[in-house]
Formats: sequence, C-alpha cells, structure tokens
Amino acid sequence: MLQTLSNTWLSLPDYARSTAWILVVTVALILSVAFLTLWERKVIGWMQLRRGPNRVRIFGTLPGLGQPFADVVKLLLKEVVIPTNSNKFLFRLAPMIALIPAFAAWAVIPLSPELVISKADAGLLYLLSLTSMGVYGVIIAGWAANSKYAFLGAMRSAAQMVAYEIAMGFALVGVLMATRSMNLGTIVHTQQGGALAWNWFWLFPLFVVYFISGVAETNRAPFDVAEGESEIVAGFHVEYSGMAFALFFLAEYANMILISALAAVMFLGGWLSPFQGYPGIGATPLAHSSFLWLALKIFILLFLFLWFRATFPRYRYDQIMRLGWKALIPVTLVWIGVEMVLAACRVGPWSH
Amino acid sequence: MLVEMMFYVFATILVGAALGVIVARNPVISALSLVLCFITSAAIWLLLEAEFLAVVLVLVYVGAVMVLFLFVVMMLDINLAELRQGFTRFAWLGWLTALAVIVEIVGVIWSRGGLGIDASKGGTAQPADYSNTLELGRVLYTQYAYPFELAAMVLLVAIVAAIALTMRSRIGLKKQDIARQVAVRREDRVRIVKMKAEKRS
Repeated sequence: MLQTLSNTWLSLPDYARSTAWILVVTVALILSVAFLTLWERKVIGWMQLRRGPNRVRIFGTLPGLGQPFADVVKLLLKEVVIPTNSNKFLFRLAPMIALIPAFAAWAVIPLSPELVISKADAGLLYLLSLTSMGVYGVIIAGWAANSKYAFLGAMRSAAQMVAYEIAMGFALVGVLMATRSMNLGTIVHTQQGGALAWNWFWLFPLFVVYFISGVAETNRAPFDVAEGESEIVAGFHVEYSGMAFALFFLAEYANMILISALAAVMFLGGWLSPFQGYPGIGATPLAHSSFLWLALKIFILLFLFLWFRATFPRYRYDQIMRLGWKALIPVTLVWIGVEMVLAACRVGPWSH
Repeated sequence: MLVEMMFYVFATILVGAALGVIVARNPVISALSLVLCFITSAAIWLLLEAEFLAVVLVLVYVGAVMVLFLFVVMMLDINLAELRQGFTRFAWLGWLTALAVIVEIVGVIWSRGGLGIDASKGGTAQPADYSNTLELGRVLYTQYAYPFELAAMVLLVAIVAAIALTMRSRIGLKKQDIARQVAVRREDRVRIVKMKAEKRS
C-alpha cells in the first residue's frame, strides 16, 4: 500500500509534485499561524499569571485548543465595512498585498535536506525583495481608507519598515560573506559541523541585529508603534473589519514565522542538528539533520517574539528611528569590516 | 511555447500599467501603476534568465525608490484642476516631443540593422547550474572594478550632498542629547523641600 503510494508519487511530473508541496506548505503555514495566535495568548497569559484562553475545546482536547477556529468563524461572519469615501479597489487589494509576500517567500526556504520548493540561485535576493514588498500592503491600506488615523499609522510603520530593512540587508550581506552563496540550501550546507560551526558564532552581532530588525520589521512589540493603542488607535488597519482585518493579522503572524525561519536558516544552521560532528553524541540519531530541528529552532525564535512582547515596554518613536539608523546599521557595517579581517586571517568559516 | 505565452501576458500587463502611469488622474494610482510596471518588467527579465537583474529591479525600485516616492505623493495635496489647466494649450508640444522620440528610436534601430538582436529567437538557454549572479559579480569586480567603485563613490557623494543640503540649523530648535539624557541623575531633576505641615483649615 505504502509502496504503491510512493511509486505513484514519484511517477508524477515535476510541476505536479511542486504544486502539491506548495499546497502542503501553505496549509501548514496557515495552521501554524492559527496556533501561534493561541500560543501567544497562552504564553503571555502564563507570564502575567493568567490562564489565557481556556474555554473552547475541540473534541474534548486541551482547553483553549479550539480558540483559533472560533476566532476565524467569528471574523468570517462579521461584516466587512468599506468606508464611503475610500478607494474601494485599493482598499480591497491592500490585505492581499500584505499577505502574498509573506507566503511567497517560503518558496526558497530549505525545509529539510531533501525538500525545498525552488532551489533558486539568487534565493537571498528574492527573499529581500519580497520582504521589501510587504510595506506596500501597509501604505496602500493606510491611504485607501481615507482616514487620517490610518494614514498616520501607515506612515509611521512604513518609515520604520524601510529603516530596519537596511540593517536587515546588511546583516544578510554578512551571511553572504561567510557562506559565499546566495542559495539558501548552500547557506545551510556550509554551516555543517555542530552548533559552534553555525553562522551565529562568528556573526553574533549580525544575528542580534537581524533578529531585532526582524521584530521591528514585523511591527511587533516593543516596536509596535504602528498600532500603539495609547497613541493612535490601531494604526493602518483601523478601518478594516472582519476577514479583511484578519488577513492583516494573518500576514503579521506569517511574517513572524518567516523571520524566525530565516534567522534559523541564516544563523542557526537550518535543518542541521546541533550535535553533528561531536564525539559520542554525534553517532546517535540525535545528530541526524531533519525538518524537526528546523521546526524546533523556529519554535524557539517565535517564543522569543512572544517573550519580548510580554516583557518590554514600547519604544518611543524617535528612539526606534535612532536605534535603527544610529545603532544597528553602524554595528552591521563594523562587523562587515571585522569579517573582512577574519577572512584575510582565514579563521572560522573562512578557514577552508 | 509556454515562455512565449507568458511573455505576451506580461507584455500586455506592462503596456497597460505603463499607460496607467500617464493616464491615471490620481497621482497615487500613477505611482502604483509604475510599481506594477517594474514588477512585470522584472518578470520579463526572469523569462530571459536574467534573475539577478530582475530581483535587483524589484529590490531597489519597488522596495526602496517607489516607497519613498509614494510617501511624497501621498503627502502632497495635488490640485488636479490646476494641474490640467495648460494641458490642451501645450498638447502639441507633447505630441511633438513624443513624435521626435519615436523617430529617433526607429532611426537608430533601422540604421543599425536591428542592433544585431534577433527578436524572434530569444536568448540561448543556459545549463541549470549556471549562475548569472556569480558571472555578474566576477565581471564587476575584475574587469569593471574601477568604473564600479567610481559609480559607488559618485553615489556616496550624492548621499552626502543630499543630507548636507537639507540639514539646516534653525534658531530655537529643540534637540535631544541622548548622552545627557542617559547621564541624568536624580539630583538633577528632583528637589526635596522641607516644609512645616499645614494647619487644617
């Protein structure tokens, strides 16, 4: 039975198989987003000595496990209000523009040693250009709603995203220098040899800068001035309701998962096992590279996102800009110089 | 076959979007049409196997230049009636310019025998492991290293000039000194006053 199944799978043409994988990845991503919202509320609840959502069950499972589905049903049944003087076409288009790049970026991410949907050679550039497209959803949403609050929120978050994109790009230049490839599969392969051979060790400042920029790029706390409740209602999506709002929500969480996945691939060795190559434990099944390691790394990084949100107070807007332009970008520039020296001395990833 | 079909789809969208840039009344719609133009031309470049250039076009023009452009356009309050006032009066000048440009382009292509490009054939396909990013990098940093560095310097000078031009010190402008803010102590801000208790009246 299993044999015939795998045979039919292998006999399928290439495009059919990649289409099937695209479907699998997309559905898995949407489900992850659903459970990430639940996990976020649970984690923050525990950190604040509350229980978090604990009412909705599915089939008598853990309390709260059905909450994401209840939320989706609620949002689906709500009316999508379109403001009278808005630009109707752009107003409907904006949530999709916000969502599509967050999903399309997964095409080049190596999920396991065998599985990557597209082995694009300029994968890193593709990712950078897609993440830079996300800002259009925000700008268009803010402008099309024809509301000054939405517009101000859009301006704030767009300026923030543009600023932190530069730091992010420079951090990735550092990765590029260390791995000498823009193909994400190759980037993972060059990090082989256990946890200390991963990029984070030699590029630690860049790793930190990348993750901070990632938090700012997704407009998450403590950089969530775009929707700072205390200042400007809810930012660029004030006028959105129901499923249109849910799409922005989905995009934000999909972007969080994407940033975590990218940090895992670029700096934490992707699907490589941390025990690889060490005597003793290196021979056990723990040292096998698999998707599970990538999933674990993504999960830990996502937890950091939630932890930040529960811990840090919100940055002031001018401080955000200062941090981005005057702290993070200089750090990356200096570290690229340090990398040049390291490469000239042939240490770390440059030794072979 | 599939590639040709894709080309015509993208080309149609590209021409439509380019028309949208000049026809749209709302400047924001114009700017967004330009974004669509860039993305579809990047798609056409991808069909020509110029992945690096295509991705960089999206990264630089869509991701950075047009965002800033949109910022400005959205914040300007453009009066459309005033803008279109001289439109018919100077239409002939516009037509003349367009005609001159078309004549020039056709003349160049005609006199040079189609520039040596056989449009009907398309480029030769490269093997799957060919990386044009690598090739471009190799050429840029060996053969054209000096012109490339020179262009980078010119851009740097332009950045410095743009900042220098817009930077001005106004009188009475309040500025933050972060170092002083961080170094501040309790004694600088708080004064403890000793006073006798007031009588309840």
